[in-house]
Amino acid sequence: MNRLRRTVLGALAAWLATPLAALAAWNESAFGAKTPQDALKGIGAANPAPSKEIVIDAPQIAENGAVVPIEISSNIPGTSSLAVVLEKNPFPLAAKFDFMEGAAPFVKLNVKMAETADVRVVATAGGRHYSATREIKVTIGGCGG
Amino acid sequence: MAGPMKMRATLGSGHTDVRVLMTHPMTTAQSNQPLHFIQNITVKQNGKAVVEAQISQAISRNPVFTFRIKGGAKGDKIEVSWLDNKGETSSIEAAVA
Repeated sequence: MNRLRRTVLGALAAWLATPLAALAAWNESAFGAKTPQDALKGIGAANPAPSKEIVIDAPQIAENGAVVPIEISSNIPGTSSLAVVLEKNPFPLAAKFDFMEGAAPFVKLNVKMAETADVRVVATAGGRHYSATREIKVTIGGCGG
Repeated sequence: MAGPMKMRATLGSGHTDVRVLMTHPMTTAQSNQPLHFIQNITVKQNGKAVVEAQISQAISRNPVFTFRIKGGAKGDKIEVSWLDNKGETSSIEAAVA
């Protein structure tokens, strides 16, 4: 009887846990989007308001599109996430960072860029979305790697 | 091939910077190799998640990230782990110095 109950409860727990794990996994529709607009829709930030409180530190000219260093941060109070959209890449959404209590909205990362393009950073704070862009010129594209 | 990671967590003024290197091919759909890239990264401070990242094939090969934790203290345990699209995973742990 106990063993049966354990089996049933175990199966039930596994079944309940599956959708939660899938939800936390990976935003396939946003990362699979082929336009910046669809990528923004995919992360639920369709029309972000322009903001000067988002800082994008990157080289004006990247000689090698395979490794473009970008430093992003937000001075908007309560920033809970930052997303990086490379506007002319085949799949524009490059990354989305969610910051929990204890983390600063700051990330340094290296991205691949297909060609000269705007880099858009979208910050979410208090359920609202803000964005800033910066152009990076790319001499040699880096998406073949 | 996915390989070892390296990490350094350094106490600055009012924050801790976590610099982490992951060994991973990060191949794209545009290359002639099978699509293979890290999708999820988790940063933990003393066992509690502080940053959850989702990334794409647009992150450079052998990814290097710097994350920033508010405050922090020497000896805090920092753990970074990743999971890729083939289900491979790796993690590294270090104390703040």
